[in-house]
Amino acid sequence: MTSRGNAETPLLRLAGVRHDGLEATALELEPRSMVFISGPSGSGKTRLLRVVADLDAHHGDIWLDGRHRGEFKGHQWRHRVGMLPTESRWWHKDAASHFASLPGTEALKGLHLETAVLKRPIDQLSTGERQRLALLRLLANAPRVLLLDEPTASLDADSTGRVEDRVRAYVEESGAAVIWVSHDENQAKRLATQQFTMNAGRLTATGGRAK
Amino acid sequence: MIQLSPFDLAAAALLVCLSAALTHALRLATAGRLLIAAARALVQLLVVGLLLKLLFTRADILWVAGFALVMLAIAGYESFARQRRPLVGGWGYAVGTLAMFLSSFTVAIIALTVIVEPDPWYTPRYAIPLLGMLLGNTMTGVAIALDRLTQSAFDQRGVIEARLVLGHTWRDAISDFRADSMRAGMIPTINGMAAAGVVSLPGMMTGQILAGAPPLEAVKYQIVILFLIAAGTVLGTVGAVWAASRRLFDHRERLRLDRLGTPHSAA
Repeated sequence: MTSRGNAETPLLRLAGVRHDGLEATALELEPRSMVFISGPSGSGKTRLLRVVADLDAHHGDIWLDGRHRGEFKGHQWRHRVGMLPTESRWWHKDAASHFASLPGTEALKGLHLETAVLKRPIDQLSTGERQRLALLRLLANAPRVLLLDEPTASLDADSTGRVEDRVRAYVEESGAAVIWVSHDENQAKRLATQQFTMNAGRLTATGGRAK
Repeated sequence: MIQLSPFDLAAAALLVCLSAALTHALRLATAGRLLIAAARALVQLLVVGLLLKLLFTRADILWVAGFALVMLAIAGYESFARQRRPLVGGWGYAVGTLAMFLSSFTVAIIALTVIVEPDPWYTPRYAIPLLGMLLGNTMTGVAIALDRLTQSAFDQRGVIEARLVLGHTWRDAISDFRADSMRAGMIPTINGMAAAGVVSLPGMMTGQILAGAPPLEAVKYQIVILFLIAAGTVLGTVGAVWAASRRLFDHRERLRLDRLGTPHSAA
């Protein structure tokens, strides 16, 4: 249980995870894996992400790098298992105040963002701009696992491609794993290492090892 | 001191009845509530007057303590009833009541043993009115602060959880709303202190002057009371918001809105 990072230990492991209509779910994520989940609205995709982030009380066990969830405090767990909600929320007047150290021009450019968006009042940014900034804000924590809830739903094709590239590059350089909720079949084909469908709280594998 | 006769009370009551008739004529639909409130005030104050008369004749610490606890229980209920989404499972009542107990009782005991120093220190003629004024004001502050805290946790769930998923501690995630609720609870007291003597003559001072006390003596008492109320309200508000905000999160630092009751309109 306490061994870390050896070849047999998955990066993230779920066993018997149940909560509010979610059927017992087991899942293993290797480093650099990208697990895609699709399924109808209300089937439990977001509920599963919230449970993995430990935002909702639930049954079952989750391990990160072989360490049980209970070995971490709630905020330590969520710092490592970072979730990007569908709708980004902000609590300071501009995006810059939400960063301990500001993202560089390259990082912003990579997501098609001007440096000026950091200092503009939050409510003057578009939903898409806020969503991309929220991704940068999350990546600044260097999470081991990314839980992305339809991260490109509000983006055009060009920005979607850039977000995909950014997440893929992060996964390659950090060895993190991703659970990505998406309705976009082509996006799953481009990125997924495993594909699942969620139906009425039941997760079923629909395809794996696409790449 | 000029004694009031039953006839004097009746004359004042007649004024209330005339006011009720006026609101009825204006179709304000408040005549009934006005009369009921007046009747409640009459009965409640007469009962308290009789109880105080009884209490003053026997300056026994147990009697004083019992009276004080009943006052606390009622103040606790009032502050609970004024919250739109109180914590469930008795917490909504317990948090406010405990905060008022710690703040009002502490301040009252300090006032009695260090400042006013009656002999014995629990002399009901001093202890009960002092505690009553402290509880009354702390109650308002605690009720406003708790109502603001639970309501903003409910409304701003998205922001709080956005901070939690970024790995913020529960303290950081609720910090802005905590500070905001504490401020909201303290502002009536701060405003009241700032306006004292200019906009309104405080009730206790007025009472002492009516009872024949020299104005400057009455003023000194009033200043002490205002400062005690300020201290009690700050302590009570901070304590209540601290405890309630802790209760909004569980041991895994999850926001637990299921611990808030269904909304009811504020009294």
